[in-house]
Amino acid sequence: MRNPLSDKVVDIKPSGIRKFFDIVSEMDDVISLGVGEPDFDTPWHIRDEGIYSLEKGKTFYTSNSGLKELRMEICNYLKRRVNVEYDWAKEVIITVGGSEAIDIGLRAMINPGDEVLIPQPSYVSYEPCAILADATPVIIDLKAENEFRLTAKELEDAITDKTKLLILPFPNNPTGAIMERADLEAIAEVVIKHDLFVMSDEIYSELTYKDEHVSIASLPGMKERTILINGFSKAYAMTGWRLGYACGPQEIIQQMTKIHQFAIMCAPTTSQYAAVEALKNGDADVEEMRTSYNQRRRFLMESFRKMGLECFEPYGAFYVFPCIKEFGMTSDEFATRFLEEEKVAVVPGTAFGDSGEGFLRISYAYSLEKLRLAMDKMEQFIGRLREEKRN
Amino acid sequence: MREELLAIIEKNSRIDLQELAAMLGVAEIDVVNELAALEREGIICGYHTLVNWENTSIEKVTALIEVRVTPQRGEGFDSIAERIYKYSEVSSVYLISGGYDLMVILEGKSLRDVSNFVSDKLSTLDSVLSTATHFILKKYKDHGTIMDQQKEDEREVFIP
Repeated sequence: MRNPLSDKVVDIKPSGIRKFFDIVSEMDDVISLGVGEPDFDTPWHIRDEGIYSLEKGKTFYTSNSGLKELRMEICNYLKRRVNVEYDWAKEVIITVGGSEAIDIGLRAMINPGDEVLIPQPSYVSYEPCAILADATPVIIDLKAENEFRLTAKELEDAITDKTKLLILPFPNNPTGAIMERADLEAIAEVVIKHDLFVMSDEIYSELTYKDEHVSIASLPGMKERTILINGFSKAYAMTGWRLGYACGPQEIIQQMTKIHQFAIMCAPTTSQYAAVEALKNGDADVEEMRTSYNQRRRFLMESFRKMGLECFEPYGAFYVFPCIKEFGMTSDEFATRFLEEEKVAVVPGTAFGDSGEGFLRISYAYSLEKLRLAMDKMEQFIGRLREEKRN
Repeated sequence: MREELLAIIEKNSRIDLQELAAMLGVAEIDVVNELAALEREGIICGYHTLVNWENTSIEKVTALIEVRVTPQRGEGFDSIAERIYKYSEVSSVYLISGGYDLMVILEGKSLRDVSNFVSDKLSTLDSVLSTATHFILKKYKDHGTIMDQQKEDEREVFIP
C-alpha cells in the first residue's frame, strides 16, 4: 500500500510534553497546576443566554463571518477597551477559538518560503500552524533579563528580506510577560521600517495586573498591518464554547473568511449568542475574575520569595514562570521529579520552546487552597534539592 | 486595599493573615492595622460561620415574618424595630419598602416555638398591625454560598 500520509504533517514534531501529561493523567491524587484554562465556570447570565437561544430555536448556521450583532459588539468592545475602530461588516471574522484565527490568518497571508517570526517561549500552535501554511518559522528566543518581552533589537536581528510576519503573543502564555506601550512603540517602528505585518494574539488581554492592556493595532500606522486576534475563552471563562475572532485589514479578513467558509462554515451559533451577552454585560465578571487571579498571582510571588526561588514578576495571563537553574537540572527533570516525589504537576518551560529551558510554567487558574498545598510541597521539594546539592 | 480586603474576608473570615497579606500585596502588619480600623469603625461587625443545620441532627426552624406596624411619632420605625430585634430568637430585622414594613427573620427549635413567638410576643406589641409568617422549607443558597455543593475540578488534561 502507498504511504497514506502527508510528509509535511508527519514531520511536525508532536508536542514534547505529551509523555509528561500521559503520566499525569494516569496518576491518582495529583495536584495539577498544569492546565491553561480558567477554573471559573462561565458566568451564569452568559450560559443562560446560550440556553435561551436554543429555546428560541436559534439553531441555524450564522453568516460565515459570524452574527452581525456579535461583530458589532466586538467593534464596540475594541473601541472601548483598546481604542481601535473596526468596520464590523468588513474587518471582523468570528472564528472557532483564537486558535482557528491563528491558523487561517497564517494561511491567508503566507506564500511558500515567507519567514514568520515567532518569539518563544510561547503558545505551542504558532510554529506548526506556520509550517502547515508553508512558512519558514524563525524563532526569536526571549530572555529572562528582559522579563521575556520582545525588544526592538531582537526583532531587528531576526529580520531578513524574506520576513513577512511577526507573531506577537502578549500577554504571554507561558511566561505571563506583557508588552507595555513603550515596548510596543519600539516594535512598531521596526515593523513599519521593514514593511512587516503583525499577528497580535491578545487572547489574555483582559488579564493584566499592572496597566490596561495596549494593543499594537492602536499605535499610529499599525492598524493597517495588524491582525488582532482575541476570543472569549480566557476573559469570560468560555474555553469550551470555542469562540474567538480576528480583526484586521479588509483584504486579509476577506481571504481568511474564504478559508473559514470552506473549512468551518461558521462558528457555533449558540456560542455566538452567549458571546453577545458576555460583551454586553460581562464587565463585572471579568473584573471579579481578574481580581481573584491577581490575588493568587501575588500569593505565588510571595511564596517564591519566601522559598528564595527566582522569578520575575509577571503582569499578565494566569501563569508564573519561575527559574530553576540553581538546581542544575533541566526543566523536564525538575518537573518529572516534582511529579514523582510530591505529586504536583507543573509544565516544563521547554514545552514552549528551547528558550524555556531552566523555567517552569505554573498556572494559577486554580483555587487558593490548591495553590497553597502545591506551594507547601514545592517548598519541601526544593528544600530537599538544596540539601542534596550541599552534600 | 480596603474594598478588596473586605471582599476576601466576607467570603472567608478564617483566612490566614500571612496569606491575606500576600494576596493583597501588602505587609502583614498593614492588614492587622486595617482590620482593627475596620472593626473600630463598625464596618466589620462580626465574624460568623455559615452552618448548614440541615446536615446535622439538630432541629431548627427558620421563619420569615412580614410585619406591618404603625410608626411612632418622632421615632419612625426605629423604636418598634428595636423592641423586636432585642428578642434573642430574632436573627435579622430589616425595614422594607413595599407592602409591609419590617421583615423579621426568626430562628426557633420548632414550628410551635416560632408560632408562640409570633402570637405571644410579636402580635401583641401595640404598634404591630399584622404579621404574615413564612416558614423556610429548604435553603439552596445562603450568603452567596450554594449549600450542599462539592465542586470537583472537571477540567480534562489536554496538551498543553
